[in-house]
Amino acid sequence: MKSSGDAKEHKRFSIRKTVTYLILALWAVTTIFPFVWVINNSFKPSAEVVNTSFSLPKKFILTNYVNAFGKQDILESYKNSLVISGTVMIAVMFLATMMAFAMTRYRFRGKAIVNAIILSSLMIPAFSTIVPVFKKMAQFGLLNLPVSVILPQVAGNLSFATVVMMGFLRGIPLEMEEAAYMEGADVFKVFTRIIMPLSRPSMATVAIFCFLWSYNDLFTQLIMIRRRSGFPISVLLNEISSRYGTDYGLMASSVTLIIVPVLIIYAFLQKYIIKGLTAGALKG
Amino acid sequence: MLYKKKFPLVIFLIPGLILIFLFLYWPFIENIKNSFYDITNFVKMPGKEWTFIGVENYKKLLTDSKLRIAFANSIKMMGLAVVFQVGIALGLAIFVSWLRRGENFFRTIYFFPIVISATAIGLIFKLFYNYSGGMLNQFLEVIGKDPVNWLAPGRAFTMIAIPIIWSYVGFYFVILLTGLNAIPEELYEAAKVDGCSKVKQVLYVTLPMMRGVFCTCIILAVTGALKVFDLPWVIAPKGAPQGRTHFLGTLMYEQTFTIGNVDYGSAIGFVIVIFGLLVSLAVNELLKPDANL
Repeated sequence: MKSSGDAKEHKRFSIRKTVTYLILALWAVTTIFPFVWVINNSFKPSAEVVNTSFSLPKKFILTNYVNAFGKQDILESYKNSLVISGTVMIAVMFLATMMAFAMTRYRFRGKAIVNAIILSSLMIPAFSTIVPVFKKMAQFGLLNLPVSVILPQVAGNLSFATVVMMGFLRGIPLEMEEAAYMEGADVFKVFTRIIMPLSRPSMATVAIFCFLWSYNDLFTQLIMIRRRSGFPISVLLNEISSRYGTDYGLMASSVTLIIVPVLIIYAFLQKYIIKGLTAGALKG
Repeated sequence: MLYKKKFPLVIFLIPGLILIFLFLYWPFIENIKNSFYDITNFVKMPGKEWTFIGVENYKKLLTDSKLRIAFANSIKMMGLAVVFQVGIALGLAIFVSWLRRGENFFRTIYFFPIVISATAIGLIFKLFYNYSGGMLNQFLEVIGKDPVNWLAPGRAFTMIAIPIIWSYVGFYFVILLTGLNAIPEELYEAAKVDGCSKVKQVLYVTLPMMRGVFCTCIILAVTGALKVFDLPWVIAPKGAPQGRTHFLGTLMYEQTFTIGNVDYGSAIGFVIVIFGLLVSLAVNELLKPDANL
């Protein structure tokens, strides 16, 4: 009696398990399919993409890549994106750590106000600040220069990064800093020799978040950078899409060139990336 | 003792605060001011003075049919994001939590679209939707059906909403899965002893315990839906066809930077902020994430 019940139980479990795996695998396929499809088609001439996009290329050709590098100068855009997003990443990382250090270690008048200023700025989207910023940039002749994107992006990421860093720094016990002080270290030594090394993992988290956010952001870059030679990756891609929308092969190769570097980075750092991009959500 | 002297504060705090003021607060205020003027040129020029027009732009908002479409689309997108992004993510997260193995594998795969720029994803879906030789129409041809105009006026919004939803499911999946893992195993054991089936365990243990995480997800989904710009702009620029696929963000961009209606664009920008605030407050009020059950 008992054993047959167990067997039945066991069977039901394995059916449910199979269904569960099936559904999960199905979503995994829908997630991967678009990327595999586009990479596969980047090696075909446009005429083949239009007719047989599901099969493997009849003959691997690199014409689309030659076009992407030659006519579109995708390398230049990579460089522009690296300059912009790299600077944003480094600037936010240091400024946020400094601000979080001040906010968690010092007591001062108006601290509650500063805290409120940081938190409420999270609610201000780029849509509502871009016009005046654009006007000022034009006035100072900074349009088309990386700095016109870097400054607003740094400001836009800073409050969020500070909030994440504050959460981390609160968890570091004060003993070490006090001991260093007894040994004669001043605040700046404490910051550079103790705080920064200890917070390296969360600084990395913040850095990854900022880099990806800046690299993927189209809105600010589209508005500030209008000269072709200054195009970062996402603006170039938008341009290719609106101008060469019929050259399917070129579109596929350009998208592939955008995806592959990120894919490689993701393969190595996925743990930190996932943590970095969900950190803000989990800490509130 | 170490932190008695206040002078270093200036060095640590001021640079960041200056940036936040210069690039967030000042332009935010300036933007509100701009929305009350008639602006013909970005830079003030002699002979082309800005004229104060009061709430004219906001009156226009109420009657503008393009804005009504954009507003409706943004609201629809919020609803779809909550139901499908968070909904699918929750289903997947619960399924994964039942498994002993494979959690990391699914996490890695599902999360991947989030690191890819919305511009690139938009391009891929553009290739899918193309009328002549797009992926979907090729598929229809294979199964012997006529090609479909995927971005026809009646269908375009749905087709744009799909990649927006699809690309962010993994994000909520990770957040919800982390929340699920934080629920102590004993609660499930106790429920099992009391004779709860798996489904009942989900209903009476998982969902109530996840309330806070849920609220976070919903607020993120709603505010995220309000900020949608890149994907619709790449798949159907300028709200094509006939402004049917405008969202508040794309309409703001079009008005300001392609039509040159700067003051009206500024007004839309301000409305986005106010609307976002109201919706987050409403979600907080409805779900009460911190309330004890």
